[in-house]
Order: sequence, then structure tokens, then C-alpha cells
Amino acid sequence: MTQSNNFGFGEDETMLRDSARKFFADNCGPEKIHSQVADNPDIYRAIESKWDKSLWQQITELGWTAVCVPEAAGGIGMPVVAAVALAEEAGKVAFPSPLIATLNATFAVRECSSDAAKALLGEIAAGTSATLAITNQKGSWEAADTDVTAKDGKLSGTAYYVQDAQKSDVLVVSANNGSGVALYRVDPTAAGVTINADGIIDLTRDQAHIDFDGAAAELLDDNGADALIKAMPAILCIISADMVGSGEWLLQTTVEYAQTRVQFDRPLGFFQAVKHPLVNVMLEIDAAKSLTYNAACAVQEEPETAMKLARMAKSAASDMAVFSSSRAVQFHGGIGFTWECFIHLFFKRQMHNHVLYGDGKYQRAQLADMLMGKAA
Amino acid sequence: MSDASMDTPEQAEFRAHCQKWLAENHPGQPPVHIPQGALELSDPAALKWLKKWQKSAYDAGLVGADYSEDCGGGGKTDCQAIANQEMQKAKTPFLPNIIGLGMAAPTVYFHGQEGVKQDLLPRLLSGEDIWCQGFSEPGAGSDLANQQTFATKEGDSWLINGHKVWTSLAHFADWMILLCRTSKDDKYNGLSYFVVPIQSMIGKGVTVRPLIKMTGETGFNEVIFEDLVVEDKYRLDEVGAGWKVAMTTLSHERGAGPLTTPSAGGQVNEKEKGPSIGSAAALIELAKVSYRNGKTAADDGAIRDHIMQLMVRQEGFRQNQRRISTKALNDHPMRLPLQFKLVATEMNQDIAQLAYEIEGPASSLYVNDENAAAGGQWQLAYMNSFGVTIAAGANEVQRNILGERVLNMPKSK
Repeated sequence: MTQSNNFGFGEDETMLRDSARKFFADNCGPEKIHSQVADNPDIYRAIESKWDKSLWQQITELGWTAVCVPEAAGGIGMPVVAAVALAEEAGKVAFPSPLIATLNATFAVRECSSDAAKALLGEIAAGTSATLAITNQKGSWEAADTDVTAKDGKLSGTAYYVQDAQKSDVLVVSANNGSGVALYRVDPTAAGVTINADGIIDLTRDQAHIDFDGAAAELLDDNGADALIKAMPAILCIISADMVGSGEWLLQTTVEYAQTRVQFDRPLGFFQAVKHPLVNVMLEIDAAKSLTYNAACAVQEEPETAMKLARMAKSAASDMAVFSSSRAVQFHGGIGFTWECFIHLFFKRQMHNHVLYGDGKYQRAQLADMLMGKAA
Repeated sequence: MSDASMDTPEQAEFRAHCQKWLAENHPGQPPVHIPQGALELSDPAALKWLKKWQKSAYDAGLVGADYSEDCGGGGKTDCQAIANQEMQKAKTPFLPNIIGLGMAAPTVYFHGQEGVKQDLLPRLLSGEDIWCQGFSEPGAGSDLANQQTFATKEGDSWLINGHKVWTSLAHFADWMILLCRTSKDDKYNGLSYFVVPIQSMIGKGVTVRPLIKMTGETGFNEVIFEDLVVEDKYRLDEVGAGWKVAMTTLSHERGAGPLTTPSAGGQVNEKEKGPSIGSAAALIELAKVSYRNGKTAADDGAIRDHIMQLMVRQEGFRQNQRRISTKALNDHPMRLPLQFKLVATEMNQDIAQLAYEIEGPASSLYVNDENAAAGGQWQLAYMNSFGVTIAAGANEVQRNILGERVLNMPKSK
């Protein structure tokens, strides 16, 4: 089986991407986002989730949450590359919203076979936001690891590192029901659910650990671990695309600075000590971007290779995220180190994303087990 | 990469022709040792066998497909890439006239005088004439425009005097593309571009001396010109337009020119089993049979991570090549094409370098030791990898080009 030459990125996907680009250009300049999420630099500030809910309203009306919901469940049924393009554009403006969390939850719920799952997908297509609560206290990315247990349709225990939990209408929770890990739908406002917001560095999202104390839950799939494993390639692609977008903004913004900032009677970009590392950033972005679109295409067209290719994409994108953000701060010099410079929004988003669902070293350890066999 | 469903009718028909011809005419295993690439050719018997293969592929239309028929080409549109894909799939040997095909042919085609290109190109494309490139000089490496080889007008002809170095294949070459100076008044506009005969003029104004590489191999040379007489018809484009013509050569060398370079390859020597030397996948096989610090290298966590890094880079490079044809995913048209030389050569260098680490103390053994891992081919590949990170504009110059032309940063000179 061979993949299509254009990664399945055709006219419809290009139109969607271009409309997202226009939407963000019109609504999400860095000044605006900065004044919204970075109004309080106090290191001991109260933990708050800051975002523009009216923009979320608009993008759900544009159908972005329906993009990857199958037509049979009331969605548009576009390929994963379409969601990847949205995530890339969202990353390019460091968009604070439950979009990334909802796309990731969509891919997990898509792998569940139940009427409840189908109904949830329909709601997501209509604009309901959702997030995955699938990580344990030790920060394991393995689908079978959870600190939550299920008994008689009630959940107990704690889920950690839940992304944009305060913005989400629905929680998709992995819990051990005694015979394995199943996926459940939980209402975050229900009795027995406590959302404990984490004080995080990234200003463009929120995060929480969530206590369940006999919380009512609706079963989405008994075999939740399998569903999560099947969804993982698409999830890795979404996070990678977000990093590719942020990386491109960091590159272009730093290049612009290097063209105009003069020291020693020359613009910074004249000096190869600045020029060459910025070219290296570009090379890393391009490899990560191609790997991400390739892996997203493989989810549909070559599913047997999707996990391998998605881990490659996340490995490249995570390393690029660290490199692009560190160079952006460094080459902005003294100003790059300040709160008033917009760089830190993207720096913090990159450093957050680079770890999510496993950093580069984790992906490569998984790849090595896949391609070389386990180490003795 | 090769998705036949995207073919035009002409391409589809041509692809079918290539597949049929290759199924029946693959040259099989060579009777002599073939080196890793054309630039390492030193055995005349190997060259002879490879020239025969190029001629047969040319006669079947697989080489020069997109050149016009009056110049010996196939007169087709965007078909060379199809032939390249099919030759790669069929694991044919490489084409020996690599500099001719990749650099001389498009330059002569776009800038050569009428009559001359019709005369020279058919024998270039068929591989009957081997070509070399006379750009680099002792004082003009990365600073290519600093040419000191002079062409002076003498009646209707030109007299060439100077010294070219690092000239691959000159010991076999019939012709050379030559960049030289016709005026001292202007660094760039004082350059002119010629094609000059080499083999037929040895001892009559041309001297070719082999240079020995750090590996101990020959393969490149220095070429001395002393009053070589060249007819004016062998000048490409106007006097003083040499730099512009050289840019045609270099853009094709970097894979960024309008004509696709004919290329074939994929055949491995019979004794090499599994993934070929130089690929990241081959490092996995190497790690499984290598010991370092008393343990199997494949069980060493740091080595495993490093091999996977290179697997990722190699796949990224492959997918960049695929993304280049999807316009919607390229915001700047030259951003990917101008990266290829830089990315590919550094990746291959790092792959070969890691082989040293994987082999542990056994990496000290060379091709002349019967106990050398993989016959010492990794060590050879590592040392030879510097040839390509330096040649064709050292990678430091490539980074300037990318920073200036793609990212619009100020020129570093």
C-alpha cells in the first residue's frame, strides 16, 4: 500500500486551512493574546483559566470540531491531515482554547464502539468541547496505566495532567474496571468530581488533576486501552502540528528581529553566529512538518505504519520545539528575556507540548523497541 | 514517492515502457567491483561496464527523457522523474556520467550555442563522453567567484591558462565545463563559461594529475591548463555572463533547477546483505553484531536513542522530498529545494559517524584488515562524506544561501 503523493491534503483541506489562517489573522494577534493571558506576571498569581469564549463559539460555528467526526455521527468526516492543519494554525498564534484537547478526545472516542460514543461524537460536532483524562500520577503515557477505578458505573481515584480541563464540557476518562481499562464519559460538573487546577507555566492553556469520588460515568468502550492505542498516532500528530506552528512563528519573528536589530553597525542576521542557527531551526521545522503530515496521512492510508511514523513525527517536533524556543529567546537578547516580549508565550507553549504524550527521548525509546526489539 | 495514480497520460505510458524495459534489460551483477558512487570511480573496467549500462538505458529513452529530440533527448515532459523512480525500484547500477548529467547537460542545454549543443549533448546523455567540472581552484573554493584561470582572446579562439583542483572524474573525462576569468575589472561580471575538451588535449595544453584523498583512494584530480586553444563556439552565453551560467549549473546540482537530473541506483554488491551501508536502518543491523564496552551495542540505551534520531532524520528527509510536490504545504517555493544538499550530506555524515561509535574498538580496523566490520566500508563512507559536505559550496555557504534567499536575512559578505 502506498500513500498518496499530496499526503491527502487536497482542495478541501487547503480551503479549511486558509480559512483558519484568515480567522486567526483577524482575531488572534500576539498583542491581543498577550493582554488576555499575560496580564498578571506575579509569580504567585492565582490560578485562572484565561481565554476568549466568544472565539470558541465562532470556531464551533465554523465547524472545526466537526472536521474529524465521521459523517455517520453527524460530522464532516475529513482526514486527520485536516485536523493537523487546524492544529498547526492554532499553534502559530498560541491559541488558548479547548480545540486541541477536543480534537484529541475526538480521535479517542472515534475508536469506541457504543451508542454513547456515537452520541458524544455528534455533540462534539455540534460544538461540545471535551478532554482526555487518561494520565496517572507517575506521568505514564501508556494506555493501560490509570489511577482511576470504575465500579458499578461510578469512578474513584485521580486523573493527572488533564489538558484544558476548565474549558471542557465533557471528560473522557480511562478507568480500570477490574477486567481492564475502559473509557467513560463524565460530566465535569457532576457530584463527586473535583477539578483541581494546576499552577502551570504555559499561559495559553489550563491543566488540572481531577478527583473522582463515586462520580457517575457513562461507558464509552470496555476496551478503552485499545481505543487509546489506536487513537495515539492521530493525537501525536495533533500535538506535533501545534509545535510546528509555534516553531514557525518563533522562527519568523526571530528572523524579523535579526533583520532590523542593529549591533556593531550591522543587522544581527548579517552575523553567521545568528544566521546559521536560525537556518538550523528552519531545517528542524521542515522535517517535523513533513513527518507530521506523513504520519497523519498514514493514519488513514497505511494504518499499520501509523504508530511508528507518528512517534517519529513527535520525536522530531518535540526536539524542534525546545530548539526553536531557546534560539528565539537567545537571539532576541535582553528583550527576549522579558515578560513584555511575546516570545515567552510561545516558548512556554512549546516546552509544555514537547513533554505531552512523551518527549523525544520517550518516542525514540518506543521506536527502538519497535524497530530493534527490546534491549537485553 | 512514486504514485502512479498521479501520472499524466504521457507519464503513465512512459512508466509502463520503463517497467517493461527494465524487467527485460537489467544489467545484472557487475563482473568487477563497483564503488559506492560515481565520484569514487578509479577502475577503468568498472567505468567501461557502467558506460555500457548508461548507453543501453539512454538508447531505451530512460536517460535524457525531458531533453529535446534535436539534442538527443526524448522530447517528453516531466518524464525523467518517472524513469528515475523506476530505475531506483529496479535497483539498477548508478549512471557513471554523473557530473555530465547533473551539471553540464542542463547548462549546455540552456546556454550552449546552436550546433554545439546538438553535437555534444547526445554523447553526454548516452555516457559515451564523460564530463567533469572545472570550477574549484586553489584560491576559489567556497569563494567561487575568485577565479584566477584566464581565458584570453587570440584571433577567433581563446587561450586558457590556469589551475583547477578537486576535479572529480577528470582522469576519465572527455569534456569539462569551465568557469574562468576574462576580465580583471569586475569580480562577478569578469567571468565567462566554456566547455573544453580534456582527454583529446592531454599533452597539448592539458595536464591531469590525480590527487589522493584522505581515504587513500583516487578519484579526483588537479588539471593544469597551459595555452590550451579553445574555439569560440565552445563559449556558453555572452563573454562576462559566466556567473549567471554557473548559477544554472549550481541550481541543478542542488536539485533546484528546471530539469530533473537522470539518476539511477540502488544496486548493492552481492556480498552486502540487508540494508545498504550508509542508511540508518543498516546501523540497526550493525549494532546487533557489534560489541562496545563488552556488551552488544544494540542493548546500549544511548546508542539506541542515537540510531532512532537518525532514523527520524532520514524519514524526515524522505518526507520533505514528498512534500515538495504539494504546493499547498510549501509557503516558500525554494525553502525545501535549497535544503536538500545540506540536509542529505550532513545526515549521511552523522550516520557513518555513529557507525564508528557502534563498532566500539573494532571501528579502528580499515579496509585492509580482514577483521574489519563490513569490510571497513563505514569508515570509508565516513571519510568520504566530507567530500560532499565540502563540495558544491561548503555547507556553511549553503546555510548563508538559505538564510539570505529563503529567510531574507542580510548578506554575510
